[in-house]
Formats: sequence, structure tokens, C-alpha cells
Amino acid sequence: MIKLTNVSKEYPRRGLALTDVSFHVRKGEFVFLTGHSGAGKTSTLRLIHMAERPTSGEVRVSGFSSERTRDSEIWKLRRKVGFVFQDFRLLPHRTASENVAFALEVTGAPRREVRMRVQRLLTQVGLSAKAEAYVHELSGGEQQRVAIARALATEPLVLLADEPTGNLDEFATRGIIDLFRDINRLGMVVVTATHDLGLVRSYPDARVMEMKEGTIVYDSARLE
Amino acid sequence: MPYALREALAAFRRTPVLTGLSSAMVALALFVTGLFGLATHNIRRAIEQVEQRVEIVAYIRDDAGRAEVAVAEDEIRALPEVLEVRYFSKDDALEVARRELPEFQEILAGVDVNPLPASMEIQLRPGSRTQENVSALVARMSAYPFVEEVRYGREWLDKVFLMRRVGAAAAGVLGSGFAVAGVLIVGTAVRIAIFARREEIQVMRLVGARDSFIRGPFLLEGLLTGLMGSLGAAALTYVTYVTVRYSLFNVAWIPGAWVGGGIAVGALLGVLASLISVRRYLEGA
Repeated sequence: MIKLTNVSKEYPRRGLALTDVSFHVRKGEFVFLTGHSGAGKTSTLRLIHMAERPTSGEVRVSGFSSERTRDSEIWKLRRKVGFVFQDFRLLPHRTASENVAFALEVTGAPRREVRMRVQRLLTQVGLSAKAEAYVHELSGGEQQRVAIARALATEPLVLLADEPTGNLDEFATRGIIDLFRDINRLGMVVVTATHDLGLVRSYPDARVMEMKEGTIVYDSARLE
Repeated sequence: MPYALREALAAFRRTPVLTGLSSAMVALALFVTGLFGLATHNIRRAIEQVEQRVEIVAYIRDDAGRAEVAVAEDEIRALPEVLEVRYFSKDDALEVARRELPEFQEILAGVDVNPLPASMEIQLRPGSRTQENVSALVARMSAYPFVEEVRYGREWLDKVFLMRRVGAAAAGVLGSGFAVAGVLIVGTAVRIAIFARREEIQVMRLVGARDSFIRGPFLLEGLLTGLMGSLGAAALTYVTYVTVRYSLFNVAWIPGAWVGGGIAVGALLGVLASLISVRRYLEGA
């Protein structure tokens, strides 16, 4: 599903962010990507989402190769790879359901289906009761649930999350990761970047990859 | 209603002041162009009217024979740039003077000898009324021995020709200047609109909207802004025209094709400016 082969990424001013990173995430896996800030977690997720291209090596995601996919085709990949952020990136001045509907509308969902699918998605993330609440009326955890519903709108095969619980309290954090587990059980690959090791330990069956200075220094899958 | 139109209209609703201001800026730029068009059109008409009166008059000596004058008349008439040649005898001249100058009627009635000379009036074809043609014809007329004097309102004519040249140059310089200003203003307005909706663009790219889909609402917004602006400009220009016409002096309204062209150009400028802005933003995002 996701395969990085000898991937390095160098930024003009920051220098080398990733050095010779290789790993393979298979269908149905639940992965934590850990490490201190600056270790290369965000760069790795951005490469998988093809927001950036590797300086060398190859990134393959669900049949899309970083070497062959043209800029004009990246939208096809984005529909198969959902992304959630620490800061949610919802549209302010819109309700929860409007935020989810927006993702459906701009990716060409038939209009008569939008309302029904929004309802289903919000139910899936446990937020059907607050569908008509505006973003600013929601708590952090609820806002992140809206962002997850939006990421699921295109029925992706992979869900990437960059520090999704960084702005949340412990209770809301557990809620979000439990939600990820539920989504994962439906067959979706979930890759969560986090520096919260306590959180990682409470999901012992998850695959854990630890990054340090742009390389993978630990991968629980390799121990098996 | 298709998505692009819905979003474009929603943008007007969400930020009415901003889009109103954008349209107003477009309107202002095109209004200036419209005023200039009004002036240009009227100067052109004035020049055409003056040019119609470009006439060369050769006064003929009293001792000239009618036959040699008639020969010269035919020669002149045969020239390609000449539209019409009319001969006025001394009697004709007197009659015209009596008719058109009633205040001299008594003086003219009292004279036994006709003091007015015979004359030949030459009109040039439209399009041949150039300074060179006039000068050449004046030289040719002066060469006939029976011609006493040739008049053609020299200073006046020279001024008309100069006015036309200055008018053409000014139209070129100011017209292109305002066009550039118009593009810059529309471009800025669209960039502001894109900036106001940068979060939406980010989300669209995040979830996998096609680039053409992302551009759609902005292009439509540019089109509508340009269209509203140019319609506003046309209305403002018309109000100015009516005001000038009824309170200052008689002017003519711009030809319909110019108005239609101006509105189309405004709409096109809107699309073009937003196309440039959106493309730049999408490449940078």
C-alpha cells in the first residue's frame, strides 16, 4: 500500500530532512510514526501525500509512484489518501456538516447523495448530534472528528494523521485514536505521527516506527 | 445551479464589500476608458465634419477667357482625388452675396460694376483630404495664368491635421495606459479574493479536487466582477454623456459596437486577471 525505497529529502535551506528511508506498510496496518520534532515525521507524511517529491529514491502509494505521477494527476492520489492535521484546518464560519459536504462537493459527489453521505460520515465519527453546529462552537476533539469525517469523505484507502492529538486533552486524545482503530478495522491503513510515547504504549498491537534525525531507528515490524 | 456558479455567487454574498470594491475599481478603470472613448468619438466626428469642408477656392482674373477656364476645369475634374469642381461666374458670386449677406444688400444693389471675381471651388474625395493632396492641388492651381489667388484656409486646415495626429497619439498612449491599469486592478482584486478564500483552496487540494474545478469559481468570479464593473462603467459613461449633452454642448453617444466591445473586454479582463492570479497561486501552494 505504502512503500518508500531509499528515500532522501533535502530542502534548500534546512538541509537533509530524510536520509535513505525505506519501509513498507501493507493493507490493513495501523502504524505510529514517533520521534522528536524535527525527526522527519511530517516530511515522511508529506512525501506519502505527494505534497513534496523525494530528492532521491521512490515513494509508491496505492499504485502511484513519485517518479511517474504528474503534478496534474496528484488529485487522483489525494482521493485515496486522507490527511488530518494537528490544527484541524476546517473552514471557519461553516457548520460541521458544511465542512464535510464541501469535501464531497469539490470532489464531484452527486448532489443528491451529499446530504446522506454527510450524515453517515458524521455518525461514523460520533458527531451526528452536532452536525449543524458551527466550527467555533465545537471543542477541539469535536473539531478533529469533523476533520476526520472530511478526510474519509472520498473513501480513501489510507489515512495519514500528523500529530492529530497535539492540541487535545487526554480524554479527547483517546477518543480520536480509538476512532482511528475503528476506521482501521474496516480495512483502512492508518499512519499517525506523534511524539506522545505514552499514547503509543497504550496501543500495544500497533506497529511503531521511530524516527531520529531523518532516519528510521526502530521498527516493531522488523522484530517479528 | 452548478457548483462553480454557486460558489462564485456565495463569494459575493460572503464578502460583499470586497467584491463590490473590486467591481467598483473595474468600473472606474473602464469608466475612464469610456470617457476617453466618448471624447475620441466626438473629436473624430468633429474632424470628419471639418474635413468635409476642406475646399480649395481659386479666384479667377476678370480678363480670363471662359474657354481656357473650362479646359482647366476639366483637367482638375479628371484628377483621382477630386470629388467635385464647381465654377462660379461673377454674376453667380454677386447673387450668392446678395442672398447670403443681406446686410450688404443696399451697397450691392447700388453698384453698377460687379466687384466680385469669378471662382472655381474644388472638393476632394473623402480619404484624399490629406495635407499633401491639398498642397499639391494648390500648387497646380496657382500655376494657371488666369488664377489670381488660391485660398484654402491654410492655418485652419493645418490645425485640423495636427489635431488629428495628436488625437491618434493620445488615444494610443492613454488607451493602452488605462488598459494596463485595468488589468492590474482586476488582477489585484482577484488576488485579494483568492487570498480571502485561501483556506478553501487548501482544503480542495487536500481532499483531491481537480485543478480545473478549483479554478472554476474564481474564473467565474473574475468574469462576473469584470462584467458588473464594465456594465457600471457603461452606465456611468452614459450618465456623463446625458449630463454633457443637456447642460454643456451637443455630443454624440459612442457607437453600440464600442459599448459592446468595452463590456466584452471588461469581462475578458476579469477572466484573464483571475486566470493569472489563480494559476500563480496554485503553483505556489
